[in-house]
Formats: sequence, C-alpha cells, structure tokens
Amino acid sequence: MSLLTVRGLTVRLGGKTLLDGIDLDLGAGERLGLIGESGSGKSLTALAVLGLLPDGAEVGGSVRLDGTELLGLDDRRMSRVRGERIAMVFQEPRTALNPLMRVGRQVAEPLRRHRGLSTRAAAARAVELIDSVGLPDPERAARAYPHQLSGGQLQRVGIATALACDPALLLADEPTTALDVTVQADVLALLDRLVDEHGTALLFITHDLAVLARVARRVLVLGGGRVLEEGTLTDVLRAPTHDYTRTLLAAARATSFTREA
Amino acid sequence: MLTAEGLNRTYRLPRRSLFGAPGQRYAVRDVSLALAPGERLGVVGESGSGKSTLLRLLLALDRPDSGAVTFRGRAVHPTGDLRWFRREVQMVPQDPYGSLDPRMRIGDSVREPLECLRVPGDHRARVAELLAAVGLDADAAGRYPHEFSGGQRQRVAIARALGPEPAVLLADEPFSALDVAVRVQVTALVQDLVDRLGLALVLVSHDIGVVQQLCDRLLVLKDGVAVESGATADVLRAPSHPYTRALLDAVPRLPEV
Repeated sequence: MSLLTVRGLTVRLGGKTLLDGIDLDLGAGERLGLIGESGSGKSLTALAVLGLLPDGAEVGGSVRLDGTELLGLDDRRMSRVRGERIAMVFQEPRTALNPLMRVGRQVAEPLRRHRGLSTRAAAARAVELIDSVGLPDPERAARAYPHQLSGGQLQRVGIATALACDPALLLADEPTTALDVTVQADVLALLDRLVDEHGTALLFITHDLAVLARVARRVLVLGGGRVLEEGTLTDVLRAPTHDYTRTLLAAARATSFTREA
Repeated sequence: MLTAEGLNRTYRLPRRSLFGAPGQRYAVRDVSLALAPGERLGVVGESGSGKSTLLRLLLALDRPDSGAVTFRGRAVHPTGDLRWFRREVQMVPQDPYGSLDPRMRIGDSVREPLECLRVPGDHRARVAELLAAVGLDADAAGRYPHEFSGGQRQRVAIARALGPEPAVLLADEPFSALDVAVRVQVTALVQDLVDRLGLALVLVSHDIGVVQQLCDRLLVLKDGVAVESGATADVLRAPSHPYTRALLDAVPRLPEV
C-alpha cells in the first residue's frame, strides 16, 4: 500500500480553482519530483498535504497517509502528524527559522514536542543531528542564532529539523533555489544521502528539471493546478506527451549549460 | 570602448575590539577589463563575489577606492555630469517589479530617460518604436506596471534602457526572476536586439547556460578577484582555475537520454 495517496485534491480560494483534481501516489521510501512553473500549484499541493492552506481555502478530495484521511483532521491531531510523520523543508531557510531562537533549540523542538524528550536530551540529540548534516563544530552551531549562519548552513539546519523525528514523508519545496550552485550541489547530495539512510519518502518540488534529476527518478508535471503528465524522468525527457511539458523541456534545454558546445 | 583599470572597492567591517582598527573587505579587488564595441562579456560568480559591485562601478553608481572607468577614452566620474555617459551606457535591472514606478504609465516610464538625458527627437514616436521593438503592443504605453506579467515588465525595462540608443547595455541578472519558458523568450529578445543594434553587453549572471548562449567572453569572479577570463567556449571547455572547475561541476545538468 502506498504511504501517501492523494485523490482528486481540489483547492478553491476566492472563487478561483487553484488545484483541480490532483492524484498522486508515493510509496514508503519512494521519491517523486513535482515540477511546474510559478502558479502551477506545486507549493499548494505540499501545503494541502500538510494541512497548512490559507484561511478561506475550500478543499475537496482526499489525502491519506498510511490509510488515514488527513483532510478534515482537527488542528490538534494534524499538528501531531506535522513534524512527526510528515516534515517539510522550505525554500527560504532564513524565513523558515525563528530569528530570535538559537538554532539548537529549533532543531530540538520537534523532539520535545513529539517524542517527549527532556530539554537536555533533546539538546544533545540536536547537536548530533546538526553534526549529521555536516555543519563544522556542531556544538557551537547549535548555540548560534540564524543570522550568524550562511544560507547553505541554515538550509542544513532546516533539513536537520525536518528529519529530527524520522518522518515517513519529507516535503521539500524548492529547497536549493535560494542557494549558490556550489552550495546547492552539496545540499542536494546531503538530502539524497539522508533520505536514503532514513528510508524517508521524498516529495521534491522544483521548477528546474536538472535539479530534479539529482534527487528523483519519477516525475509529475503540474500545470494550471492539474497533473499533466507522470512518469519516469527518462520517459518524460525522451517522449513528453503534453504540450506544456514539451515547452518546459525545450526551455530547460535552451538555457541549460553544456560542457561540450 | 568601455574600460576599467585596476578597480578596487572595499567595505569596512566592524571593529573586533575597542582599540583595534576596523577590518576591511574587498568587494572588488584589482579588476580590469576592456569592452570593445559589440562585444559581449559575461560576469559569473556566486553571491558575494563582487559581481554587482563591479557593475555599479562600471555604471558610475558607486565610486572606486582606486582605479578608474573610462568610456571612449574619457574618464567617468561618479560625481560629475554623466549625461553623456548615460546616453551611451544603459542598464537592465534584475527585478522588473522593483525597477518600474508603479504609479507611472509604461509610456511615461520609457519616455523618462529620453527627457532626463535630453535625447533629441519625437519622444512619443520613439516610445512607440521601442515598445514594438521589444514585442509589446502599442496600447501598452497607456497601462500601468501591475497590468503586466514579469516577462512583459522585463521587456519594458529593456525598452527603457534602449531609449537613448546606447552603445553598451549592462544587465544584472536580468532573467533570474523569470519562469523558464519566459526566460527563453526574453533571452532570445536580448540576443536579437544586441545582434541587430550591434550593442556591447556586460551580463552579470549566476546562470552559466544563459552566459554561454549570449556572451563571447567570460570573467569569473571570486571574493572580488577576477580568477579567470577568456573566450566563453574556451573557459567552459577547459577551465584553468580550480574555482571555475568547481563552479562548472556544481551546475546541475539535464541527464542525457
């Protein structure tokens, strides 16, 4: 049985249909790339899965995690799912972290909240997690405030926080878009390794096919709030069936850098 | 035509201790370049490498600590009357949302530099001609920026820069705020205009694919220092500096299928 099953997911906001019947399946430990341009509904899909849609949004369809329906779950139960079963890495690590809280405490928070660890035990585990995402001198990094770390370091902290409770599903929404290319390469490699080690399922959202290729083999193309195409990356690259995908692909090829030319 | 000689620009860092001297950081360190008419130079590097500072110095928006910028042999001083220079060297900014006055009609925005720089001729006709050149309808002149998409706004910004018939276009990440399909169109537009008008181009970008497409020469900046420069094809095929190699290796590429 698949871990995440999304059926006919529809989101309306202010009279506009933003998601229009999204179907999606993700098995335990599987990876899926979600690709599309701005406004295609990529981020909204992730937010709907997390139950973090803006006020006034009308949601329809079904989002099941391990068979449990998440849509319509009350706040208390949904907040237990978030952070423990499903975690998310955001695009902008600087806005995703609390600027007034030391980094170590932020990594420790889900452990205290969901796992009931004592402050001291959670702090110790946070240092281990910070170490596991490759920050030098993890004890010192844990005491730092977000402004004292670089964007790449903060995104590593974001990944450590997300993986703290060993979630079954990790949503990553353009996690490297705000980073320089050399840092991006390191963060993608880190994500790839950790997701593998933890056996976490990954839903990776991006507008960049080349970035997607580094972490996922299966891809779902979104456009105008609908699933236009789904398949292995190789199939989609070789024989895109939808016009929109062809445009996206032609554009990606036209601006992509080639070593040989 | 446009040259920079030994440009340095430093910023002060906070004092480490009460009596210590404040630290210094080079944003641009001893960078020289020469741009011939019609030549296209790509400046690549990561955040903090000095790309944007270099562009500001070339545009005389900022004063170097030492070194000089000259245009056709004439010194460019940030403090003097630069109208002659602005007529020849124009800029396309990164963010089409931030660069256009939201309360000004598009036509007025495009006309403004023509007036400020006292460009002779019929400005009304020129605005219509410019909008057509960047692929916008004539009625765009009467509309406001919020009525346009990001790609269309970037077209407006390009029209505005082309107004005074400059010889050089400087562009700071002009495509990075655009979606990939729109980016292709705007990149093609710039390429076409630069070709047709014989413009020289300095393109600051972190996107090596775009630089490869548009530029015949390449300058790689790291921590304010020009670590490598040369013909684009040569640098990309056989980078000589370890940093350039690391940078090129890190760029994600589409898999071969």
